[in-house]
Amino acid sequence: MKLIFEKSVPGRGMDYLPQCDVEAVALPAGLVRDVAPRLPELSETDISRHYTELNKNVHGVNCGFYPLGSCTMKYNPRIDEEMAALPGFTGVHPLAPAHTTAGCREVLDTARTLLCEITGMDDMTFQPAAGAHGEFTGVLLIKQYHEARGDSKRNKIIVPDSAHGTNPATAAMCGYTIVNIPSAPNGCVDLEALKKVLGEDTAGLMLTNPNTVGIFDENILEITRLVHEAGGLCYYDGANLNAVMGVVRPGDMGFDCIHLNLHKTFATPHGGGGPGSGAVGCKARLAAYLPGSAMMDGAGHIQVRSFAGNFLVVVKAMTYILSLGREGIPEAAQNAVLNANYLQAKIKGTFEPAFDRICMHEFVLDLSRFKKETGVSALDVAKTLIDYGMHPPTMYFPLIVHEALMLEPTETESRDTLDWAAEVFRKLYDLAHEDPAYMHDSPHNAQIGRPDEVRAARNPVLRWKG
Amino acid sequence: MASYIPSTRDERLEMLKTVGVESYRDLYRDVPQEMYLDRGLNIPAGLSELEVSRKVSAMAAKNRVFPTVLRGAGAYDHYIPSIVKYIPAKEEFLTAYTPYQAEMSQGILQSIFEYQTCICELTGMDVSNASVYDGATAAAEAAAMCRDRKRRVTLISGAAHPDTVNTVRTYCYGTGDELRIIPVKDGRTDLDALKEMLKPDVASVILQQPNFYGQFEEADAIGALAHGNGSLYIMSCNPMALAIMKTPRACGADIAVGEGQPLGMPLSYGGPYLGFMAATEKLMRKLPGRIVGETVDSRGERAYVLSLQAREQHIRREKASSNICSNQALCALTAGLYMAAMGPGGMAQAASQSMSKAHYLATELCKLPGVSLKYTGAYFHEFVTVLPKAEEVLSALEAQGILGGLPVGDGILWCATEKVSREELDRAVAIVKEVLGA
Amino acid sequence: MNYPVDLKYSKSHEWVRYEDGVAVIGISDYAQDALGDVVFVNLPAVGDEVTAGESFGDVESVKAVSDLISPVSGVVLEVNEELEDSPENLNGDPYGAWIIKVEQVTDEEELLDAAAYEAHCAEEG
Repeated sequence: MKLIFEKSVPGRGMDYLPQCDVEAVALPAGLVRDVAPRLPELSETDISRHYTELNKNVHGVNCGFYPLGSCTMKYNPRIDEEMAALPGFTGVHPLAPAHTTAGCREVLDTARTLLCEITGMDDMTFQPAAGAHGEFTGVLLIKQYHEARGDSKRNKIIVPDSAHGTNPATAAMCGYTIVNIPSAPNGCVDLEALKKVLGEDTAGLMLTNPNTVGIFDENILEITRLVHEAGGLCYYDGANLNAVMGVVRPGDMGFDCIHLNLHKTFATPHGGGGPGSGAVGCKARLAAYLPGSAMMDGAGHIQVRSFAGNFLVVVKAMTYILSLGREGIPEAAQNAVLNANYLQAKIKGTFEPAFDRICMHEFVLDLSRFKKETGVSALDVAKTLIDYGMHPPTMYFPLIVHEALMLEPTETESRDTLDWAAEVFRKLYDLAHEDPAYMHDSPHNAQIGRPDEVRAARNPVLRWKG
Repeated sequence: MASYIPSTRDERLEMLKTVGVESYRDLYRDVPQEMYLDRGLNIPAGLSELEVSRKVSAMAAKNRVFPTVLRGAGAYDHYIPSIVKYIPAKEEFLTAYTPYQAEMSQGILQSIFEYQTCICELTGMDVSNASVYDGATAAAEAAAMCRDRKRRVTLISGAAHPDTVNTVRTYCYGTGDELRIIPVKDGRTDLDALKEMLKPDVASVILQQPNFYGQFEEADAIGALAHGNGSLYIMSCNPMALAIMKTPRACGADIAVGEGQPLGMPLSYGGPYLGFMAATEKLMRKLPGRIVGETVDSRGERAYVLSLQAREQHIRREKASSNICSNQALCALTAGLYMAAMGPGGMAQAASQSMSKAHYLATELCKLPGVSLKYTGAYFHEFVTVLPKAEEVLSALEAQGILGGLPVGDGILWCATEKVSREELDRAVAIVKEVLGA
Repeated sequence: MNYPVDLKYSKSHEWVRYEDGVAVIGISDYAQDALGDVVFVNLPAVGDEVTAGESFGDVESVKAVSDLISPVSGVVLEVNEELEDSPENLNGDPYGAWIIKVEQVTDEEELLDAAAYEAHCAEEG
């Protein structure tokens, strides 16, 4: 389809503003831009149709099954959107006098109380805008803690090799040397490998539990105990909290600080890549190091973005938690786990799970043998799923499984959908044996064929030039 | 209580059987009993949609929304056309994930490509990323882009937004690098002081234009000084001002960043907002975050993809220059949509009306006894006054539904946008006049 | 797979050829094949010091990035600027498309001859 700039007609456009009712003041001569920006000139009809056309070329959770592993693509309740759009929230200036913003602070306090109870933490900040941003904040808590104690030799953060790339990237942004430890054959932390690297230079460990292959590490108490004994702190990557919320708490596992992805676990929509909210919780001994805003809270805090974070996202998450409540939160986790296990059981016999056992909220298929047999890769399978209207699972992650497809159905899918999805996987398994060439060329009925990513990277075209 | 789980009780029992377990507890067999939360969560019972709507609406009602806003300081109350509110609420845009699968995400990818183009047009730069969290983090990420083995120090103007300064300081603290603040003189960056601070270890200089006090900086001269020292030049600009103001590129900037909130995002107690980031082509591969590129598909048709991914954390891990994954995609879509709806003429109108109304307000206020401008330089849509009885003035305005300027040091930082009418401004001035007993 | 006998190889898949005391360095056929389509090469600057066994730049494919490990210690005399615009040369002609030339060579990693390197690649699978 055409770009919005290609639909632009000089002189066309809307007048949303009245005539200026005060004397016009011009910029000083040296400050005036020489040419106007070439922004589109369109009627409102043009704009409405352009974005409606774009919207048709998007697959949202509302369109169909979205088992994108580690992303928790659950249904996003509409009431949460309605609450966040209340003018009583959207119209509030972040620097308005405190006595006029009591409602906003009540939202933050309520969300903090609920989430501290769910995670077993003592305090929480909502300033970080995303998961990776929360990781950065959390590891800075660890850094400040050691520094405040004059413990300056702790310069290493331990990260399992199965971790998401953000973990090592975050530790590097916080000035730490990264120590990668190999996983045990079951995908969990190798205790011996951990013991070997722990020492007086250990600042902390970054871990997600359930881990990135969808397994709850049964040694978790031993792991956090070992790290604490060495004088380090334990950071919980909350990416997989949806499996265990209301069932077991990171604080009770021995973690000292944690980030949450409110846009995953607590049902706020992803918006095509943001805005999210990477709330960070911590135990009392770290609370003094939480970030603040220079404008809202004065000096003396670290700060990871302006003001109080993505406030409206917190409104949505709070609304969600209040809706589900005491019973609904664990029920969501339990059914996320049930749905994953059910789908795994239904697919078994065709594609092989990387770890053949009860999983948590997600599971990984290992297609390496299948690829040897058929020549069809995980990528080919993923691309063929698109023709069936299913968003592909996460591909080639975690790195410790070759030809990985990671599926996370979430609790908001019905058994019918899971049965249908398993049926599609079976079909593709058979198709790969019959007509692998067809799958190499997939998708066949999508918005576009496979894009030439090599060309995009070699000759970057990153804007319309006209 | 609300539940979004479709399966019925009977279905769940059958599904457990298919999995080969008796109960949910069996699914959690790896969870040690000592930490299993048998007691349940100590949070309230769930609410129906009607109940939760009442409860959250009651919270919103505890806030005071001012019909007239004369306060900015990093969050600006511009008029948002109706269509700019409706389109981002479409469920597909709203509920999709990051567009990893280009074959089913062309709509989001194209919207980002269009946003990137608008940002390049506005800033005059060659390349833009798909946005970052907000203006403060954009400045911090830009500073990180500029540091290399030899040059580690960042200089930032003391007239930049305090939240930006503090955020950049925190990112520098992370990597153990130094941030030095350039002193301010008469509300603007002190060029003589800057000259003294430009040492061989300075990686970049960050300037905000217009600055926190609304003042226009000598952006060209500061850029020339930075470059003369072999340092890179980062300008943080108000995107609304850029509709009419000299571009960062024309001022010599290597990287342009800024807070994108004025581009169609409501105040929302500080977020979600949007950080824009654009650079010269030379720095393209150092830009952090998502970038959308144009290519062709297997049929030779134009298509869009997430491009230059080898820069990013999922590939480079600890060697990536940033850990950022997400952008603020829906905010970028909103900003692109806002710029399209307003068009170049509408944007210029909004910018110049904001500036004109701020000047009208300043002129009228300064007619009152004891009121004067604190700084003498040219300004955009914000200015600082010295004003007696500041606290009483602000309370009186508040009582009449007007959010007055923000107390900053011994002055008040006022802001006017195109949204306020002359009548509202006159009313505000009359209230101030009454308090001052003039 | 091609393993020219007139070159020496590092275990990290770079090749070296000496021309009048200057070390000419590139990546092997095996390396370019494993990487896939090379889309960008991060080159050092002329005059930079490189150290045997340490990274002097990297090569990017669409979904991977790989450090370039210098087989020698010395000073960069020349970089192959053609690769900035045509990184695909590393795929098309890995032994013709050198990456850097290093002078004042003071140290060298343990290098393999063609036969030993071929065996090393076979081992890596």
